[in-house]
Amino acid sequence: MTDETTTTTNGAPPPLEPLIYDLSSPGRTGAILPDPDVPEATLPDSLLRDRLDLPEVSEIDVVRHFLRLSRFNYSIDQGFYPLGSCTMKYNPKLNEDMARLPGFAQVHPLQDPSTNQGALALMHELQNWLAAISGMAGVSLQPAAGAQGEFAGILMIRAYHLANGDPGRNVIIVPDSAHGTNPATTAMAGLKVVEVPSDANGDVDLDKLREVCGDTIAGMMITVPNTLGVFERNIEAIIETIHGCGGLMYMDGANMNAMMGIARPGDLGFDVMHYNLHKTFSTPHGGGGPGSGPVAVGEKLLPFLPGPVVSVVDEGSEDEPPLYGLTMPEKSIGRLKAFYGNFGMLVRAFAYIAIHGAAGLKDVTQHAVLNANYIRARLKGTYPMPIDRICGHEFVCQGHFGADEKAGESGTESHEIHALDIAKRLMDYGFHPPTNYFPLIVPEALLIEPTETESKESCDAFVEAMLAIAKEAGENADLLHNAPLTTPVGRVDEVRAAKQLVLCCKPDIADVPSVDVPSVDVPPVVEPPAADLPTPDDSSLPAKQAEPDEGPEPKS
Amino acid sequence: MTYIPHTDADREAMLKVIGVDSLAELFDAVPAEHRFPALGLPEGMSEMEVAWELGGLANSNVAAHHFAIFLGAGAYNHFIPSVVNHVLLRGEFYTAYTPYQPELSQGTLQAIYEYQSMMCALTGMEAANASHYDGATSLAEAVTVARVHYRGKRTKVILSPSVNPEYRAVARTYHQGSDMKFVGDKGNATIPDLIDMLDEDTALLVVSYPNFFGQIDELGGLAQAVHEAGALLCMVVDPIALGLFKTPGELGADIVVGEGQPLGIPLSFGGPYLGFFATNQTLVRKIAGRIVGETIDKNGRRAFVMTLRPREQDIRREKATSNICTNQGLMALAACVYMSVMGKTGLRKVAELCYHKAHYAAEQINKLDGFSVDTSKPFFKEFVVTCPKPVAELNDVLLDHWGIIGGYDLSQHYPDRANQMLLAVTEMNTKDEIDTLAEALSQHDTPHHHDHAH
Ligand SMILES: Cc1ncc(COP(=O)(O)O)c(C=O)c1O
Repeated sequence: MTDETTTTTNGAPPPLEPLIYDLSSPGRTGAILPDPDVPEATLPDSLLRDRLDLPEVSEIDVVRHFLRLSRFNYSIDQGFYPLGSCTMKYNPKLNEDMARLPGFAQVHPLQDPSTNQGALALMHELQNWLAAISGMAGVSLQPAAGAQGEFAGILMIRAYHLANGDPGRNVIIVPDSAHGTNPATTAMAGLKVVEVPSDANGDVDLDKLREVCGDTIAGMMITVPNTLGVFERNIEAIIETIHGCGGLMYMDGANMNAMMGIARPGDLGFDVMHYNLHKTFSTPHGGGGPGSGPVAVGEKLLPFLPGPVVSVVDEGSEDEPPLYGLTMPEKSIGRLKAFYGNFGMLVRAFAYIAIHGAAGLKDVTQHAVLNANYIRARLKGTYPMPIDRICGHEFVCQGHFGADEKAGESGTESHEIHALDIAKRLMDYGFHPPTNYFPLIVPEALLIEPTETESKESCDAFVEAMLAIAKEAGENADLLHNAPLTTPVGRVDEVRAAKQLVLCCKPDIADVPSVDVPSVDVPPVVEPPAADLPTPDDSSLPAKQAEPDEGPEPKS
Repeated sequence: MTYIPHTDADREAMLKVIGVDSLAELFDAVPAEHRFPALGLPEGMSEMEVAWELGGLANSNVAAHHFAIFLGAGAYNHFIPSVVNHVLLRGEFYTAYTPYQPELSQGTLQAIYEYQSMMCALTGMEAANASHYDGATSLAEAVTVARVHYRGKRTKVILSPSVNPEYRAVARTYHQGSDMKFVGDKGNATIPDLIDMLDEDTALLVVSYPNFFGQIDELGGLAQAVHEAGALLCMVVDPIALGLFKTPGELGADIVVGEGQPLGIPLSFGGPYLGFFATNQTLVRKIAGRIVGETIDKNGRRAFVMTLRPREQDIRREKATSNICTNQGLMALAACVYMSVMGKTGLRKVAELCYHKAHYAAEQINKLDGFSVDTSKPFFKEFVVTCPKPVAELNDVLLDHWGIIGGYDLSQHYPDRANQMLLAVTEMNTKDEIDTLAEALSQHDTPHHHDHAH
């Protein structure tokens, strides 16, 4: 292939991979379908569309296209992914096979319950297990993700106060360290958010909390361990305070990987919580879902659970198994989605809990916390730690160097290094970066969560990379500002994306003749951690781009 | 020890670096009286034992791979080309997080962009998001968009009674704390009746296309009436039907939502599915969820990135209009691969197969004594049969004696539709199965000893 075909007319490098539409050729198809085996009916001409602009490609085109695309991703299967708050643990292969068993994958949700007792039994058992792990009285598996679990929880709190004839309770207290879904959930439920600050230790400021408490409080949402990765030392006092003023306590269970077999939210006094099965219980994140966010509640909120839930409708006997059915709790807040939850994720979580048992789950948590504390201990002294104490399954440090070295007088570049630069530079070392700029209360936050499935060796390799980057920050700031250099694309222009807003390709692209796949000489992400990383070739580096006007975004 | 790689030596070395003596010491901050509770769970099992247990549970279900199925009502047994699952099983896709770091996520990002492009082509709209949880929550989010669009000044949502009942229920769940009011779906309102309900308070009018009963309503003039009232039109659609029928875009819809499960996603007892959401440029800044846009990297190379991010919960917090974070990304990839491999002619062919087979089935059943098919409107792959006895009774006979999973009992959600069965026929139903169904229904009164599971 000549040079002309690998660069575009304006001299920009060619795309990594053509769009599937660009591979299209009129008349080609990948579908191998039968002809009708029934007499053909007359189609209602006046109701039909005249064109359908989908690609025209063969099956092998599809396979190669998506395989090539897959190589531009980073994934857990490929390497260490310490994305704080996201619990990027290994996703066991067994679980994928189990969810695809035809007896699960090919069951229609509206079949008579007598025909899907296996699926219902699995859900019933999982409800019980999740109740046992949390120390709660009941569980609904309906919510499709953590945020929907939160929504269910807050709607239940709202419904509870309404049922008590207490409609004036319309405030949910949320710590300033909370994940964005918490305040967004509260607003969606039609309630008001009151934020409380955290103190210097990362704990909720109890005095401030007491100040805002009163008879308008519907409840409080709090993450345990909190989003800074530490166990709230005042947790019992907080719960007492909220209960004392008539509110209910919601626990955001995104961080349950630090809690299994360690403490049960129900024992601590929480009234309601959600799980993220796609974090704690290893169901894959899928590049943005599907997840599953079951809600667990104490006795008070049992009648309000979203439904349907699975219950035993006939106890059975010695030789008859119990009969399971779908029921709607008495004062249910209603359905959150069609059918009963992301069932395929429930199968995976069931397999995960079954293989571990109680002791195994406690091991999971202990090793998740061990790994986090080990990395914390090794990075301490190099990366500032706003909260210097034993952490849970994750910890926050600050990625900020050279703040004092202001930009030179005559236009020389600043040597200041931000969390974003460190995150991007980690990519060159073959790692996925930690969550950055979250929690919002820590400037330049890097939230690091290794999970238990990483070995000491991978924790060590990550630490070495972090230490090397800290050194580079002092010696060669440009290297970090220009990072990443080894990824399929360099830093992308987010401002341009938002301004020009190209959200789909114009399908008439399909009418142009097909193009050859350009040979792309960009390495796939599967780079081994490089010992001698390429130094930036200044001549090839374009001028620094404008930062997005929204400032750095939290990524979690 | 399951998936944990640590050796004793590792643990010892790591504890030493941390400066504690035991794993237990890492949890001193947890209140002592609640620390280390016993969890009432069974003992852990080996991989093979778990596989056996789950295999047993799976085998005890009646599933579409062993039975003929004529049940739809929102989830459908469509053909899934093998290539779809093979792409989904690439660890590079399914073990990645949401693509916050574009440099390490171009695979996911480009696939979502292509999915958005295909959804635009399919619906005739200008923009689509990366997914909602399912069709029902897509509708609930459409109501939110309408609320935001009118800044709370219009609060009425007119719902056609022939929108999937579960979707209407979910929309109400979502808006129990907002000021939106839902009307229109309590009786048998027709499209003209819904048009009569439009007023200055109406934010959104929602119809289904095809409707829940499988029919294509006469929608000419609807969009104009809705727009003259200053409101928005939302259409709930079956994506397979759009392989054949006019696009919602042509019919004047402002928002198009629906269930993407028919696009290459297994029945899987109701989830995970795919909520799709498409709209026009004018509303795109108000929609929820992830949206991928095209841009360039610092070298000028085309790249993709999540865009319009300041709408979302992590930035806007309580001012965000939705809390959605994790969505159904991998299911959008499934739909993207499905639509790629089906392509322009394949999807049309699937739709035509459904149409022909459903019409053949309707004709056979309509001939039977005591059964009548509602043919008052054109229909696609589902139709309503009025039966001589309760649907549940017929379904028992179909399953027990003929190996057939029968249709949906409409009286569950529509009390005045006693004895009405909603049958779904897809490209997966053979003529044999359809003939057997007709035969089975014709003999519903005769006792017999037939065992027909295939
Ligand atoms: C602390 C916390 N809460 C809630 C959520 C929301 O969960 P999901 O993305 O499943 O909706 C997340 C995940 O991003 C989280 O980290």
